[in-house]
Amino acid sequence: MQKKIVIVGATSAIATYCARIWVATGQPISIVLLGRDLERLGRVAADLSARNQHAVVTIKRADFLNPASIQTVIDQVESDEPTHLALIAQGSLGDQEKSQNDLGFNYTELHTNAVSPVLYAEAFAQHMAKTGKGTLVVIGSVAGDRGRRSNYVYGAAKGLVARYVQGLQHRFAGTEVKVILIKPGPTDTPMTSHLKDHGMRLASVEDVAKGIVEAVQVGKSVAYVPGKWALIMMIIRHLPNFIFNKLRI
Amino acid sequence: MRSVRSWGRLGEAKHRVVALSNAKENALRHVLAESLPGLAYGNGRSYGDACLNPNGNLWQSRDLDHFVAFDPENGCLVCEPGVLLKDIMELTVPLGWMLPVTPGTQMITVAGAVANDVHGKNHHVYGSFGDHVERIRLLRTDGEIIECGPTVRSDWFAATLGGVGLTGFIVQVTLRLRRVPSAWLEVESKPYFDLSEFFALSDKAEPDWENTVSWIDCLGGGSGRGIFMQANFATVEGDTVPSTQLARKPKKIPFVPPVSFINRWSLKPFNNIYFWLNRQKKERILSHYQPFFYPLDNLHDWNKLYGPSGFYQYQSVIPREVGQEATSEMLREIRQSDQGSFLSVLKTFGDRRSVGMLSFPEPGVTLALDFPNRGKVTLDLFERLDSIVRQARGRLYLAKDARMPRDLFQAGYPRLVEFIKYRDPGISSAMSRRLID
Repeated sequence: MQKKIVIVGATSAIATYCARIWVATGQPISIVLLGRDLERLGRVAADLSARNQHAVVTIKRADFLNPASIQTVIDQVESDEPTHLALIAQGSLGDQEKSQNDLGFNYTELHTNAVSPVLYAEAFAQHMAKTGKGTLVVIGSVAGDRGRRSNYVYGAAKGLVARYVQGLQHRFAGTEVKVILIKPGPTDTPMTSHLKDHGMRLASVEDVAKGIVEAVQVGKSVAYVPGKWALIMMIIRHLPNFIFNKLRI
Repeated sequence: MRSVRSWGRLGEAKHRVVALSNAKENALRHVLAESLPGLAYGNGRSYGDACLNPNGNLWQSRDLDHFVAFDPENGCLVCEPGVLLKDIMELTVPLGWMLPVTPGTQMITVAGAVANDVHGKNHHVYGSFGDHVERIRLLRTDGEIIECGPTVRSDWFAATLGGVGLTGFIVQVTLRLRRVPSAWLEVESKPYFDLSEFFALSDKAEPDWENTVSWIDCLGGGSGRGIFMQANFATVEGDTVPSTQLARKPKKIPFVPPVSFINRWSLKPFNNIYFWLNRQKKERILSHYQPFFYPLDNLHDWNKLYGPSGFYQYQSVIPREVGQEATSEMLREIRQSDQGSFLSVLKTFGDRRSVGMLSFPEPGVTLALDFPNRGKVTLDLFERLDSIVRQARGRLYLAKDARMPRDLFQAGYPRLVEFIKYRDPGISSAMSRRLID
């Protein structure tokens, strides 16, 4: 049976690059791309098909926020073959200041970055629990490790995702269902282009994707990519408040 | 605003970088219209100022890096402008296809290769990059889409090939790849001790060898000694190839040294050692295409070796009739000025005329030299080299240039008058302001 991979938020740069690595083997593979915009999904699908003539790439429009349609779309996706690997990658790197001043925007940010990924994760978990196997990969963020003034709305959402994945890991411990949380550091994607104007050093999306694929292969439960962020975040998590509160980060 | 440098690192300039990520033409149309005048920017490998637009907009195309289609039956590839040549090679070589023309680095974008109509070591057989482009989809800043190719709106095609990005924003390119029997080449190296020997070797090699190139030691020998290389693709079985050449981890230059590593004290010994080492090499080796075509790609940011002042590259092409004489004169000037170059390449072009109005390759001999930027002395040397090029009716390569005077540009590129009609008024670059506007 050929491998089946499902990617939610497939037009995100990190997801696209992961998919490129997964199809690059040239082996037959089935890959389902979910996202909000069919035209943009089509662009990714064409790219993946060009990279692997033996890949069966399907695209599907999916709502990110409506629980009923999330349930329906994942039920449909799971109706033929069970999924071997699901990657949940949607998100928006919100605007902290706007979130502070516009509660409507804040609400959408929290839903897009927290509620949406965990509902998708739960939908996949339902099916994986039945078949007793599968790998579920959720993209979190280093920003979820500690709330910071510069992006706590995004960070809080990612923190929720981390705690949710932790729960799923506990639930599936000892089974063949593997749940993995990826915490990328700041990555050079179209979503973060403006950060470079402030001289921020960003990891290349290619390297981050390589790190993710590797973490999935090894079966890590939590992976910081690039790896150095594990150390940086450990320090940041443990900084006492009297120091932390003086930092403008 | 962000500081952007070109490959020569001659200086940095502030740019408003507009990262393009939405490939929909309507979205691109809108973004371009909001950021005029601007200039497409790929992977920043142009040496001089062709890819810069100081204090203006740069439309960064690196995220437009999706393949649109690839047909492994006929080698036809359609892709977005920001796809790197490296991506194309990695996809197609295992399937027995390859870019017919590739320059000395694969770290450039497809649109950059089109806009500079780049060439490689096989010019006498395959011409330049543009000879294998079937279609260009061009978005003008007024919103018009122009589809052009060798037989469709060929005037637009000729203007855009080698047009250094000035005719519009390239949104899609269709290429015709070539078949290769393997990823390996049979390479023969032969030392030469003066220029007439080089020309004799070139003439002899061209009918039988697809790739010819030479490294020249511009400081040694009577009139330039060097190592001449000729190579053909080899038919090899998968497991007989030496794996030592593959999967070498790329090395990085971790910092910019305070002074150029390449200077008058290091250069002569460098060149001597390089010449000597290569002379000792076996005359015939099997080489993977990567080290053969892209000897420097494994050393990331090698341009930093030239220190904080950066470097110039001076690449000329001289008609064959006066090629030997002019090259020899140029080498003499370089030796006399006590400046020199480590990465010096001497190569003959074939008889094929380039399609592009501002394409660089023309029948003759091309000499490419890197010079650490030493300010006035370096620029003075260039002026003397310019006069040799001017007199020999040659031209300089726009992709490398940061300083040629207008009159030399006009003399070297007689089709400029024709080209002007195809300029996009919404596009401007440091180079266009220096040489055209």
